[in-house]
Amino acid sequence: MKKKTIGIPRGMLYYEFYPMWERYFRSLNFNIISSPRTNKNILDKGILSCVDEACLPVKIFHGHVEYLKDKVDYIFIPKIMSLYKREYCCPKILGLAEMIENSIKDCPEIIDPIFDYKGRSAFKKAYMETGAQLRVAKKASKKAYKASQIDKNIYRSWLKKEVLKDASLKQENARFNLLILGHSYNVYDEFINMGIIEKLIEEKVNISFAEDVAERDIRSFSNQVRKRIFWTHGRRTVGAALSLIDRHKIDGIIYLNSFGCGLDSVLTHIVARKAKENNLATMELTLDEQTGEAGFNTRLEALLDMMKWRDRHEDNIPSFR
Amino acid sequence: MKITFPHLGNVYIAGKAFLEELGHTVIPPPVCSRKTLEIGTKLSPEMICLPFKIFMGNYIESIEKGANTILLTGSCGPCRFGFYSLMQRDLLKDLGYKVDMIVLESPREGLDEFRNNVGKLIHSNSLIKIARNIKPALNLIQAADDLSQFSNHIRAYAIDKKEVNKIMDKYYERAIQVKGTKEIFSLIRETESRLKRVRLDKNHNPIKIGIIGEIYTIIEPFVNMEIERRLGEMGVLVDKALTPTKWFNHHVYSYPFGSKEERLKFKLAKPYLRTLIGGHGRETLGSAIHYKELGYDGVIQILPLNCMPEIVAKSILKTIGKDYDFPIMTLVVDEMTGEAGYNTRLEAFIDLVAKRREKVVSG
Repeated sequence: MKKKTIGIPRGMLYYEFYPMWERYFRSLNFNIISSPRTNKNILDKGILSCVDEACLPVKIFHGHVEYLKDKVDYIFIPKIMSLYKREYCCPKILGLAEMIENSIKDCPEIIDPIFDYKGRSAFKKAYMETGAQLRVAKKASKKAYKASQIDKNIYRSWLKKEVLKDASLKQENARFNLLILGHSYNVYDEFINMGIIEKLIEEKVNISFAEDVAERDIRSFSNQVRKRIFWTHGRRTVGAALSLIDRHKIDGIIYLNSFGCGLDSVLTHIVARKAKENNLATMELTLDEQTGEAGFNTRLEALLDMMKWRDRHEDNIPSFR
Repeated sequence: MKITFPHLGNVYIAGKAFLEELGHTVIPPPVCSRKTLEIGTKLSPEMICLPFKIFMGNYIESIEKGANTILLTGSCGPCRFGFYSLMQRDLLKDLGYKVDMIVLESPREGLDEFRNNVGKLIHSNSLIKIARNIKPALNLIQAADDLSQFSNHIRAYAIDKKEVNKIMDKYYERAIQVKGTKEIFSLIRETESRLKRVRLDKNHNPIKIGIIGEIYTIIEPFVNMEIERRLGEMGVLVDKALTPTKWFNHHVYSYPFGSKEERLKFKLAKPYLRTLIGGHGRETLGSAIHYKELGYDGVIQILPLNCMPEIVAKSILKTIGKDYDFPIMTLVVDEMTGEAGYNTRLEAFIDLVAKRREKVVSG
């Protein structure tokens, strides 16, 4: 039998799960095609097929599917409902598979298992469902599930290679430590964020990500917020920011916010308040398909300049709020 | 303790009566207006959705009238409504208002806090008194909903539409002034009998339109620019997919199973959307199909800008419209929505639906 091909769009939660998915489908003996890094062409295609009101990452995801649709037999878009007990993902991630199904014409069969945390074996069940949808034997899919379970460190080193190529985050004689917050699909997609990571490294800035903070810290610090944060990604963002602020590990925060994101509208409020209390520099960059790179660069430079001036004046009069 | 709460359509009528029966002073916020929205927009984060901004406006206007306690419900769904209380508490504190905020969360989120909050509301009342008062309050919600639905019905058939508007305006004006459950019930009955005396055009065969979408924008007349009234004046019969009554039936009366109607909607939406997506996304899809099956001529979806669940629903509604050959229009509202453009779109939609009906009848 000819090897079937499965397509994995490089968008939304790709940067959080791809290594697992890759191992799973390899073990099932599938060919894997993932779409290339986001480019102008993909963005344009996505904007055409997606509903106007959706946010930029969702539109780009549509573009990735458009790219893949003639090249593969299946497209893998899991419905990731919940990753922890009584927590959810963004409503758009919950309904992503259905959005694609109804917006993109002539789409190949969509494999959409439900990842819904209801006890420990829930994810195993989801992978088994994937196998069932692909019509492979139960035994093979069980084996593939085992192969897909990888160590956090393997994931981290994959992410580093994928996003940073060979640049290093920690540099000698760095000027500042900055935390870059936002959804993984904004922070790690260099097209959406216009290469902010590269630009900052060039400016000799140390960068931290929310993913670098230990899960234990994230839990304990996010619990300081009066209301339980019921979004898994929201909890990570807030927990990481609060713990790094509390430990004085950062000089400033850049929040990458996609226009129209419901989570970001709430999370920026929580993070910015805490940062203001501690007199930290924060900047919120809102991204949509109309964002221009020149304006973006100017704002970035302005932030760095102001942080520099702030350092020079020891009396610490906040130059901006 | 002078209690206030944000507006949610006509729920304030029942809420006010209920809290008054418990012996609280209630200061309902003034009816939502351009001013409410201006205040709210100024004080809220830019990216947050429209209901948040109106809530803020409501609070400030009530506080200016003397309120010092705000009552709000919580939620822990995937929709951002759950964070309203957290953010609004911060914002009000920053603005220097000394107000207490009672947030009724589900008991699962912490029993102590729930008990505490309910305790504050119970005041010195015995449980028996509360039990005795809950029933009339819920009946009142239903009665108020029935009345507005009845007025929609009458308006579609009335020869002089303005007369209906006048009666309803009078009713809303007096609803704030009267005290307690009894008086409000008699006001509703009186309004109903006045509506019954309006002269109707018996031969009129109205176009029937269902309103679906996000619950707040459907229910709150200021936000949807009084869509029921506007459509009614064009002689259209309007029905809302979600009302406070339906919400209570689903979430309170039939807990934990859910009401029959909502379950039917879930079932209808199932082929298009397998799981929940937060907010009322699934209900929106189910209602659209439900209205088609009831023989309606079209539906209008209303959502606040950036409402996450409704955006998902919108992209699926396209397919439903095609599959069922059913006209569906989406209206997005926010603080920038202009009345003229809104009106034009409504008129155009109704014209198209009317033309379509002629075609079906004659062809």
